[in-house]
Amino acid sequence: MSILEWMPFSVLLPLLAAPVCALLPGRFLPWLLAMASVTASAVIMAFVLPEAVNEPMRYFFGDWPPPIGIEYRVDAVNAFIGLLIAVMGTVILPWGRISVNREVPQRQGLFYALFLLSFAGLMGITLTGDAFNVFVFLEISSLSTYVLVAQGRSRAAPLSAFRYLVMGTLGATFYLIGIGLIYIMTGTLNMVDLAERLPAVADSRAVQAAFAFIIVGIGLKLALFPLHRWLPGAYANAPSAVTVFLASTATKVAIYVLLRLVFTVFGIEFVRQMPFAEVFFVLGVIGILFASIWAIEQDNAKRLLAYSSVAQVGYMALAISFVSVAGISAGLVHMFNHALMKAALFMSVCTVIYQVGSPHISAFRGLGRQMPLTMLAFVLAGLSLIGVPLTVGFISKWLLIETAMADGNWFAVVVVLVGSLLAVMYIGKVAEAAWLRPAPEGREPVREAHPGLLVPMWILVAANFYFGIDTRLTVDVARRGAEMLMGGSP
Amino acid sequence: MSPAMLIVALIVTPLLGALAVGLLGRWPNLRETATLVTAATLFGLATQLIGPVVNRYDVALEVIEILPGLAITFRLEPLGLIFALLASLLWFVTSVYAIGYMRGAKEPRHTSFYVFFAIAISGAMGVATAGNLLTLFIFYEVLTISTWPLVTHKQNDAARAGGRTYLGILLFTSIGLLLPAIIWTWMAAGTTDFTPGGILFGTLGPTEAAILLTLFVLGIGKAAVMPMHRWLPAAMVAPTPVSALLHAVAVVKAGVFTITKVVIYIFGLDFLANVPLEQWLVYLAGFTVVAASIIALKQVELKRMLAYSTISQLSYIVLAALVLAPFAEIGAAVHIVAHAFGKITLFFCAGAIYVASKKTRLDEIRGIGRRMPWTMVAFTIGAVSMIGVPPTAGFVSKWYIIAGAFQVDNYFTLVVLMLSTGLNAAYFLPIVFRAFFRDEDVPPKVEHGEAPWPMVAALTFTAALVILFFAFNGPIVDIESRILEVGQ
Amino acid sequence: MDWLGHFNYWVVIFLMMTGFYAVIARGNMVKIIIGLNIFQTSVFILFISAGKIIGASSPVLEKGVDLYSNPLPHVLILTAIVVGVATTAVGLALAVRVRENYGSIQDDQLTEEEDGEPHT
Repeated sequence: MSILEWMPFSVLLPLLAAPVCALLPGRFLPWLLAMASVTASAVIMAFVLPEAVNEPMRYFFGDWPPPIGIEYRVDAVNAFIGLLIAVMGTVILPWGRISVNREVPQRQGLFYALFLLSFAGLMGITLTGDAFNVFVFLEISSLSTYVLVAQGRSRAAPLSAFRYLVMGTLGATFYLIGIGLIYIMTGTLNMVDLAERLPAVADSRAVQAAFAFIIVGIGLKLALFPLHRWLPGAYANAPSAVTVFLASTATKVAIYVLLRLVFTVFGIEFVRQMPFAEVFFVLGVIGILFASIWAIEQDNAKRLLAYSSVAQVGYMALAISFVSVAGISAGLVHMFNHALMKAALFMSVCTVIYQVGSPHISAFRGLGRQMPLTMLAFVLAGLSLIGVPLTVGFISKWLLIETAMADGNWFAVVVVLVGSLLAVMYIGKVAEAAWLRPAPEGREPVREAHPGLLVPMWILVAANFYFGIDTRLTVDVARRGAEMLMGGSP
Repeated sequence: MSPAMLIVALIVTPLLGALAVGLLGRWPNLRETATLVTAATLFGLATQLIGPVVNRYDVALEVIEILPGLAITFRLEPLGLIFALLASLLWFVTSVYAIGYMRGAKEPRHTSFYVFFAIAISGAMGVATAGNLLTLFIFYEVLTISTWPLVTHKQNDAARAGGRTYLGILLFTSIGLLLPAIIWTWMAAGTTDFTPGGILFGTLGPTEAAILLTLFVLGIGKAAVMPMHRWLPAAMVAPTPVSALLHAVAVVKAGVFTITKVVIYIFGLDFLANVPLEQWLVYLAGFTVVAASIIALKQVELKRMLAYSTISQLSYIVLAALVLAPFAEIGAAVHIVAHAFGKITLFFCAGAIYVASKKTRLDEIRGIGRRMPWTMVAFTIGAVSMIGVPPTAGFVSKWYIIAGAFQVDNYFTLVVLMLSTGLNAAYFLPIVFRAFFRDEDVPPKVEHGEAPWPMVAALTFTAALVILFFAFNGPIVDIESRILEVGQ
Repeated sequence: MDWLGHFNYWVVIFLMMTGFYAVIARGNMVKIIIGLNIFQTSVFILFISAGKIIGASSPVLEKGVDLYSNPLPHVLILTAIVVGVATTAVGLALAVRVRENYGSIQDDQLTEEEDGEPHT
């Protein structure tokens, strides 16, 4: 089988494994199956990426050529995102096993089945070349995610999941309306065909309304300010493994869908006519500033990081708002980098929760001495979030500032820098509690976490530094992807 | 070892030292030996680089390209060599001193103290040998972050507050101002390499150049030009060896060193001479010199007074660099060394007084000269050097700066130098007078003599360096004058 | 414009706004789910309206018929209906869990509860 024929299996394997997983007894077997299928996806994507960078790969399901059949169309952008998701899944699952044992002691087969569904949904969104197919996969991953969030141990978990469900369903339905409108106008749902047919009808109200519906719908999914309200609760109350997985993948996929639809399907000419850049610029800026300030105010470390995620989405929105190859590649690079740093940060915070039992910053006091490896990982990943050189965060900030300067947009430069400094404050808040305050009196001495929790965390921390120094993979592929997106042809 | 590998060794050796210290944490004597051996090795390695620089070899090393066209590179040049030599020599001395201090003052957590100290030195070595602005920025931040645990070492409320100010201002300036300045330079010139003669000529208009230079001067917060100086007094909550080596030598000198390199190798003197607005930065530096001295006059804590004196002296260097005269540039480079010897001596003395008598305030030290004659003689030598009186190191650099000011008829600088000399005398001489010629009005809480011998040995050694530098500064000045050679 | 000829689109807009209001008015969770359903239903009607061709037969092969309605929207909407049912099921299940935990499904009254909830 050629790599092209293997490619759809990166979605199909987890999708097929999910029901099997639900039936498997015990704890180890479901995990093993999940791990095996996610790893297989990652391996497939690792082979797909080098090929897709040069020439888009097209796979027709059932040999039905589009527009009759559904095709998977993979180019530099989605191969990059797909690889990111699959690799994050592969790193997170071994870490998650320990925390899942604690947080979801019963019926783990179902838990891992849901995890696989969510994963398969995200992979499907990324790879498909059909706009309606995106909706279907979006709902597959969202529905399973709602249930996963509700598995959290805190009392508020079902409430957060419910709110996430309401907002997520609204977003997906908005998206569906937009797709419906452009289907009415063009008679096709294949992204390539859409890109060809839309310019002819671009002046109609219906297409413009479709654009707006789609932007709002995806904006809800990616927690773009001010549509972010569901995110902090969902992240803070979900089980640890789910939080880490969501934080590093879900919003990234939403950004990808946005980029694909806006630039490939609607096309750069159309986007320039719409107030897209202005809206994303303003929302990005407000998102960066406000969410960072809210993050500083939080007392719950998980919630703090969740608000930080909203701010980071703001960076991506800001990068995209430049509507240029440089801007989009900066956005793509930041998407990759943010996945690495946020996963490492959430892992260390969740490890603390695992050991200490509380996500409150007051509970972090004295942990620098008692859990030095975990807290050092937090500080290093935090430095990456701030954008200190040699980390991936620095590369993100550099590209973003460079883009803004080339654009002559000094206001954006200032906002990016202020965002970094606000990150110093909220990361510093946790770091100071951990390293400079004595442990609360009367607390049992806390021990360093299990190696099974530490190793994946440190792999991610190392990746934060590796990709901060060797940027060939990220920057080159992102630039290639941005050129493909801006060039019109997917 | 090839010279290029020596540069790598300079950066890696302290890190290995940090590792060794960390592993040997359980055995204090072995641990301190590890520090001393590392420091001695480092100084030895640094001396190996004198030859290549004197013989004008181009020692350069490109490590990895982190963005297209933007690499981590190292390149040895005279100023960096002097900085590396200075920091490694004084690290050894400070380590000897620290052994006495940390045990004498019963500070907690010795191991992490020595580990972070070594990491900070590694950062300083990277700053010294950086071949472009990006590399310099990387190590500049390593230095910032690795010194934060040292500043907050005591882990009480004062230390936390000081640490917050310290990290806040240094990261605000470096990320908020220096980083955009570097990116701007890169976009304008297409490179950030330190090149003799500068890289920005013809790429920026005069106003833009003035804005960029302002971003650099204020963004290099470690140079403590007002209004970015508040972190330095805040850092005085650290144990004294930290204040002595890092906040009188390594960290602050990394700041003024960076400014000097930016002026000479990024802008180029000829280019800056055509930027009229550059003058206002001269005034800002001059203002800092005088204002910091006046604030120093009003301090009651010895270490805080020394901190403000440092702020003032750092701006001497910034001022001299911005005067844009060849002699003044040499003066700036020489003052990096001269002030280092003097100020580290003064801090060593302050720490010795604290360890021996637990005294930190200026009004408490009456008559202490009779109990601690070695310490206070060393203090006097350091103070005289700060004022700039022969036969001390401070005189040499001041001489060059004044000569440079005359070269370009910059009378503002002359006035500033005169004023500050007077002010320096006004806040240092009363201390010396009090220590030697006044009687103790209250008997001290504990009977005490000199501080532990490693401390006395260290401060005697640096005081001797202050005098020796006056007599034998020829080779160093000779090497440093090469920073002005264009197109080797 | 042919106002009456587009009556099905008017129905779509009316249902859409009704459903949307029910969702964002933030009251009882069951009402929110009903609102979501109405909202989704409006979209289903939108799609199906688009598939109808006036004068065309249902899309089943038959002799003597050469104008068929477009079958694709029906297929799409079948999928969307399944998704909608699943969403409703999950939403209701979550509402039950919320009631178990808080004794209330009045969403707007639970705002404070979610924040500052300690991890147990």
